[in-house]
Amino acid sequence: MTVAASSNPISSETRLAEYARNKAQRKRRETVIESVLLLAACVSVFTTLGIVYILIRESLVFFAAVPLWDFLTDTQWTPLFSDAHFGILVLMSGTLTSSMVALLIAIPLGTIIAIYLSEFAGHKTREILKPTLELLSGVPTIIYGYFALLFVTPLIQRIYPELPGFNVLSAGLVMGIMIIPYVSSLSEDAMRAVPMSLREGSYAMGATRYHTAVKVVFPAALSGIASAYILGISRAIGETMILAVAAGMQPNLTLNPMEPAATITSFIVQVALGDLPHGSVGYQTIFAAGLTLMLITLCFNLLGHWLRKRFREAY
Amino acid sequence: MDGSTKSPAGRGTAARDMRALRVLIRAHKRWDMLFSLLGLLALSIAILTLVALFVDMAVAGIPRLNPDFFTSFASRRAGQAGILSAWVGSILVMIVTACVAVPVGIAGAVYLEEYARKNWFTDLIEINITNLAGVPSIVYGLLALGLFVYTFGLGQSILTAGLTLALLILPIVITTTREALRAIPQHVREGAYACGASKFQVVGDHLLPYGLPGILTGVIIGLSRAIGETAPIITIGALTFIAFLPPVPFTGEPAAGAFEWLFSPFTVMPIQIFNWTSRPDPAFHQNAAAASFVLVFMTLGMNALAIWLRYRLRKNIKW
Repeated sequence: MTVAASSNPISSETRLAEYARNKAQRKRRETVIESVLLLAACVSVFTTLGIVYILIRESLVFFAAVPLWDFLTDTQWTPLFSDAHFGILVLMSGTLTSSMVALLIAIPLGTIIAIYLSEFAGHKTREILKPTLELLSGVPTIIYGYFALLFVTPLIQRIYPELPGFNVLSAGLVMGIMIIPYVSSLSEDAMRAVPMSLREGSYAMGATRYHTAVKVVFPAALSGIASAYILGISRAIGETMILAVAAGMQPNLTLNPMEPAATITSFIVQVALGDLPHGSVGYQTIFAAGLTLMLITLCFNLLGHWLRKRFREAY
Repeated sequence: MDGSTKSPAGRGTAARDMRALRVLIRAHKRWDMLFSLLGLLALSIAILTLVALFVDMAVAGIPRLNPDFFTSFASRRAGQAGILSAWVGSILVMIVTACVAVPVGIAGAVYLEEYARKNWFTDLIEINITNLAGVPSIVYGLLALGLFVYTFGLGQSILTAGLTLALLILPIVITTTREALRAIPQHVREGAYACGASKFQVVGDHLLPYGLPGILTGVIIGLSRAIGETAPIITIGALTFIAFLPPVPFTGEPAAGAFEWLFSPFTVMPIQIFNWTSRPDPAFHQNAAAASFVLVFMTLGMNALAIWLRYRLRKNIKW
């Protein structure tokens, strides 16, 4: 063997040099590939930075013309009138009303469905019903808007004829049904993650499935369920098209769902559909509104994070 | 034996306790059954609404579905209005979205799964992705408006729409690709490394082919989400009344360039539906129902395709 290795000493040297060159080349190629992949992964960071930068930069144009105090406390939102008022409270009341109606439906129904699917339903039932519920969240929201305006509103008007054609109630109801899968899916996953031993202990004490679900499983899964609720809230606050179509785009400082109202999101759509030139104060209001929306969403994300940490149970 | 040590009064209490216990158990069982019924009721509310939505859309819309609905442009007359510019616009925007989101998403997921070290920077990227999944879609529209339309000067075009939607579905693509890569057993990687493969060779020759079903599923689910998004596209300024198609490359007088269609004004299906729903004329509502039917068909069709593909391609893999 040693004879063969030393039979051509020059060739083995060049062979080693070739190996070394190949290795260096391969290492260089790998480093380039890794940097390209890193760049792709950083696109998400760039997106967040981009959102923050654009919202702040464009809002500054707005806040140069409108004092922050007026923005936060004025009770009228009339950016297109000659005597313009910019009170974000008006839009926030719309968002609040619609979200409340939606969550009053989504949270109870979603939780009950989640408890039923995880504790009561058999395996086959769950396998059929879970994808069906996911369908609810897969339908484009503009179709929900169409449904709210042209089916739900006439339906409610048959019971309550004074309901205006555009109102927050039907939009909120449809939005609530749309959010149910978000709440129920995550809650159910959280409940299924609770170890079987806790349930078995409870059953051994003679508790029924209902008692086990409500007194043992639900508190144990609380952090996951709280995340599900926060996700539902964020989804309700950020929803645009259902409200743009069915709730009317009339800014209205009210908490009564039976009236039309504009939310932060539907206002942005309204301005984007119009003819205001870029750079005018009326136009820059959408960025100020978007900034408010982002801050509210961020608060809820932080709240969700804190709740998860606070209630986390390690099994 | 037992009973002889108990006084007559003691035996009575035991029987009373047993009766009280039985009543309690019966009450609990009743609550259990009532809650079960309540659960079924809640489920049926959700599913009935879905069914009502479909039936309403089908009943109003199907009579309107005929070939010239698909080949006519929008018109002021409801009977002649069609969705040609809308579905062509949707498909073109989806092509741009897929061309941007798929490479960037897969590359990012591969980095995070295979290359990233466990440090604060990786945590930052992961937190960002989770965060972005929860941002309302209209904020992406505002980002695109400020950045793509005005700062980069790409205008209110198909390119901007595609880029916006690509950013929107990027978290979905990255998350599902990571799950697909994570599901591949470690011995595949180890075997490849043992043969002297470099990291990228392992990824490109072994992991991506095995992960393809999961990745494709994620991409299709992302695209089916993107096709129904209205708010960001309205915000960047897609027009609602378009009576022309983007220029086909190399045709027309003067001949359109290969990429001129990217910069053309456009409309998409959800915006056409929005426009028709907002009109007071009930004939346009029928058009909106028909277009909604087509859109739901496209969305659910893509979801079904994703599920079928995942099943089909997964069958051939034997770990």
